[in-house]
Amino acid sequence: MTSATAVVSVFDALGDPKRLQIVIGLCDTGPKSTLQVAQSISLSRQATTKHLELLSVAGVVNSTKHGRQRVWTVQPQPLNAAGDYLTTLSARWDRAIERLRMFVED
Amino acid sequence: MGTDRIEKHALLKAPIARVWDAISDSQKFGTWFGMEVDGPFVEGAEVSGRITETSVDDDIAEKQRPYVGEPVTLWIVAVEPRRRLAFRWNALPGPEFADLTTLVEFTLSEDGDGVLLQIVESGFDALPDEHRDTTFQGNSEGWTIQLQLVGTYLDREVDA
Repeated sequence: MTSATAVVSVFDALGDPKRLQIVIGLCDTGPKSTLQVAQSISLSRQATTKHLELLSVAGVVNSTKHGRQRVWTVQPQPLNAAGDYLTTLSARWDRAIERLRMFVED
Repeated sequence: MGTDRIEKHALLKAPIARVWDAISDSQKFGTWFGMEVDGPFVEGAEVSGRITETSVDDDIAEKQRPYVGEPVTLWIVAVEPRRRLAFRWNALPGPEFADLTTLVEFTLSEDGDGVLLQIVESGFDALPDEHRDTTFQGNSEGWTIQLQLVGTYLDREVDA
């Protein structure tokens, strides 16, 4: 089971528009080098690296070295765990509302 | 507000006084929600409670069963009679979720001879400060929807 801390890290990591854009981009086009990511979000290489490292700490992406380049790939498990968490909370309210309805309606 | 929230609407066929009572009376709240609650909901109060069996049903029964008896803390944020009840709580019981709190807001409005109830759970923002990156505080634009898109994409990848 994925820990809640990990799930919250994912929420936080995706809470920045640039990082969200990076993740969506990697999903759409597949693995990219740091430079390709930087170009796709119109940021400097340094700023992009910071974002990528933060995503990496949250487990959302990982990287492999190809010669002098670093290539980044999306990791599905943490994203799915975060999605499951929201689904669980949402479903809990649906059931709670139905019990409230039975409680207040004649 | 961004979309980092869960929002539910329900039209209840009951007088607003009864709906407000069911939500704001902590004992009644506990009855339908499935929680033993130790004190009244008073603005500023910290109220302890425990998950009870009644909150366990359906498909997530197996997942929830270990939580029965687990302590839950509610920090009461607002009590505005017949209008709004808000509290912050541990979104899910269990020690592994202890760091995670969300804001829950119940808003009531009369609608014909019933009540329109809105429930919003938001603000997945309880990370300890040392884990926070100050550059993105207060910005959670669109990630819920985006997360679903990403999930859909990943499902497609697996199928391919």
